[in-house]
Amino acid sequence: MSDKKPERRDFLFTASYAVGAVGVAAVVWPLVDQMNPDASVKALASTEVDVSSLKPGNTITVLWRGKPVFIRRRTQEEIAEARSVKMEDLIHPEKDEDRAKNPEWLVMLGVCTHLGCVPLNDKGDYDGWFCPCHGSHYDTSGRIRKGPAPWNMEVPKYEFVNANTIKIG
Amino acid sequence: MKKIFKLFSTIILLTLNSYSAISAEKVEYLKTDWSFKGLFGKFDRASLQRGYQVYTEVCAACHSMKYLSYRNLSEKGGPEFSVAQAKAIAASFEVTDGPNADGEMFQRPGKLSDKFVMPYENVKAAEAANGGAYPPDMSVLVKARGGGVDYIYSLLQGYEEAPSGMILDDGVHYNKYMYGNKIKMSAPLSDGIIEYSDGINPSVEQMSKDVTTFLMWAAEPSLEARHQMGFKAIVYLIILTILVYFSMKRIWSRVKSEV
Amino acid sequence: MSDHEYTPKSKAGKWFNDRLPLLTLANHLTDYPTPKNLNYWWTFGGILTFCLITQIVTGLTLAMHYIAHADMAFESVEHIMRDVNYGWLIRYIHANGASMFFLAVYIHIFRSLFYGSYKSPREIIWIIGIIIYLLMMAAAFMGYVLPWGQMSFWGATVITNLFSAIPLVGEGIVTWLWGGYSVDNPTLTRFFTLHYLIPFLILGLVVLHIWALHVPGNNNPVGIDIKKPSKDTVPFHPYIVIKDGFALLMFMIVFAFFVFYAPNILGHADNYIEANPLVTPAHIVPEWYLLPFYAILRSVPDKLLGVVAMLSAILILAVLPWLDTSKIRSAVFRPLYKQFYWILVADVLILGYMGAMPAEGLYLLIARVATAYYFLHFLVILPVLGLKERTIPLPLSITEPVLGGSPNMAMAKKKESKLE
Repeated sequence: MSDKKPERRDFLFTASYAVGAVGVAAVVWPLVDQMNPDASVKALASTEVDVSSLKPGNTITVLWRGKPVFIRRRTQEEIAEARSVKMEDLIHPEKDEDRAKNPEWLVMLGVCTHLGCVPLNDKGDYDGWFCPCHGSHYDTSGRIRKGPAPWNMEVPKYEFVNANTIKIG
Repeated sequence: MKKIFKLFSTIILLTLNSYSAISAEKVEYLKTDWSFKGLFGKFDRASLQRGYQVYTEVCAACHSMKYLSYRNLSEKGGPEFSVAQAKAIAASFEVTDGPNADGEMFQRPGKLSDKFVMPYENVKAAEAANGGAYPPDMSVLVKARGGGVDYIYSLLQGYEEAPSGMILDDGVHYNKYMYGNKIKMSAPLSDGIIEYSDGINPSVEQMSKDVTTFLMWAAEPSLEARHQMGFKAIVYLIILTILVYFSMKRIWSRVKSEV
Repeated sequence: MSDHEYTPKSKAGKWFNDRLPLLTLANHLTDYPTPKNLNYWWTFGGILTFCLITQIVTGLTLAMHYIAHADMAFESVEHIMRDVNYGWLIRYIHANGASMFFLAVYIHIFRSLFYGSYKSPREIIWIIGIIIYLLMMAAAFMGYVLPWGQMSFWGATVITNLFSAIPLVGEGIVTWLWGGYSVDNPTLTRFFTLHYLIPFLILGLVVLHIWALHVPGNNNPVGIDIKKPSKDTVPFHPYIVIKDGFALLMFMIVFAFFVFYAPNILGHADNYIEANPLVTPAHIVPEWYLLPFYAILRSVPDKLLGVVAMLSAILILAVLPWLDTSKIRSAVFRPLYKQFYWILVADVLILGYMGAMPAEGLYLLIARVATAYYFLHFLVILPVLGLKERTIPLPLSITEPVLGGSPNMAMAKKKESKLE
């Protein structure tokens, strides 16, 4: 009996499978998405830091979204050094002018772009940072110069709320 | 198939009957038409916004809502204040933060990510300030009462003169809908106690409805998403059921046996 | 079709199968000869498997967000409901899933009672099933404690206090269960641990349950032994798979209705009040699926005997295959048993209703009569009935019923008249 109408049977079974598969996918998504950052985590987007007591040549580390952020008040030598580097010498070419809008202040995530360790201040072959985990050297602009890390340290979104306060995020 | 339907309906009816029978202190609650009931129920945004106003200007003096954040006020499916409005609301509250670099707590204006500021530090302080009765947290209050929204709505309008012969202690009030009829909260609402910016008359009935709607949302912020998803899910299941039913008929026709 | 004859077609398949016969197992499961007259009451085994998997998957995801600490449990549940992506959905599926699980298991058990599926040679399947049912109750009870609301706390207090009925060591056992002098944080963390563990024990037992089923094969509505494979059977796939799938979808529609439109109707309002050791709620009522046993507990006026009665009411089921002396399985051919069966169903429903009512006056009296009848059914009626009852002659095979017309239809009509 069923052999007489093969098209209809095929259509029926195909449709059942297809609709069923859509349903399974729709059920899987909430189970996956529940592991993404939740609404309360996303809401904690910004943090404000008072930098009035920071002297040139010093760095403070603050916590933002669970990660360290380096805020460095750079000396004139460091700025000059960062700005004199030729683009072709860089692994990940970025101008210092783009990384530090206000040249005196460098704000960046203190996370090595290799595998996520926190680099050490004032260390390494380029007077910037050195990551002790696998030997990545960063310069005074936080750019990767030597070692396994593929990118420069990330500059987050930030702004000066006033002369003494930086808002990150 | 019919059998299964019948069995389901019998069992469900029995279960629901026995459950409604549990909350047997039968007082007829006041009825009103709630926009959020039914398969497609949604909140009335204007009512939610007014309800928030009633909550902050009246209830919040004693009742906390510790599981809500100011950001919720601008989220989809809620009162849907604009983000700017929600930020302004948050900033109008002083929040304790800290410790700062000196190790001290400090006050700052609220942010969207902050939880609703509580009127009292803790339960003990709340009790002490209210004659020993803790004004319950309102975050999930609607779900925590057997009568739900109808109960809250009625309670707010249920203040009456105590019947003769009933002796009320100081600071105890008579309420028609309260369990045992004795309540420590004095009538919180009276006509015109607040002023609505949209020109709606702030009668006790209107305010009760608005604040109850607000509390319903507070307890069940995902209600609208739930109703929408539920409709889609059930329509989907019915379509798939029909497809599978005919597939089944077809497969079983090979053995010539009724299914 | 027979298992040991199976050899995979491909060379790689054969290589693998010789080392780990997973393909033989898959072949056994798809070809498994199933009586072709199974009705929809037989689809609940598949539905229960779905329920178990749903509970495990949603439970695992909830456990990623839940905090098992007396100070934070209630708040973390609210966090799941408000902030976690689709947290409300997952939690409502898990909470209502428990009820759906019990609904299905009760239908499954009562199907077995009607068609005598617990009788020889299926006693082991039945006993494993009873153990699964006990574990389900333990898991459900401990799961209900986790949100740390008022019903969680007082339910935990009342149920753990049942052990204090044990003479001499009772108090010590209760303190040991609590890890303190009242239900508190240590109790919560151990309940969470066990609530996490038990579903996997159930999963293991389900494998044994199915294994034990596949030895004698399914019982069927006529209740007679059938040759397999034969013209009385169909392969499990696609016939039973599609039928189970259809029934499962119908079940899911009911499930979805609860999750999306009445997610709290089966719960208790007091559980949205955070646990408070100083105040007991006005009515302490267990979840609906435990109400019959709760009624039995309360209808005995003695603490120890009440607990004994409640436990016996469950454990008596384990020896049911030996209490029922009748050799005939299906109630279709046992006119008297069929009537007592429906009386038992009514009795259990009455017990459930009484469990929800205050234990006083007429309610208590009815509960006592119903409790007495419950034990009477298993201890007196069943053994005597098996010896005295005049049964209807059995057909020779399910395809050649002596009764005229298909047994399926005859039964369906009878059952419908019962339900009305």
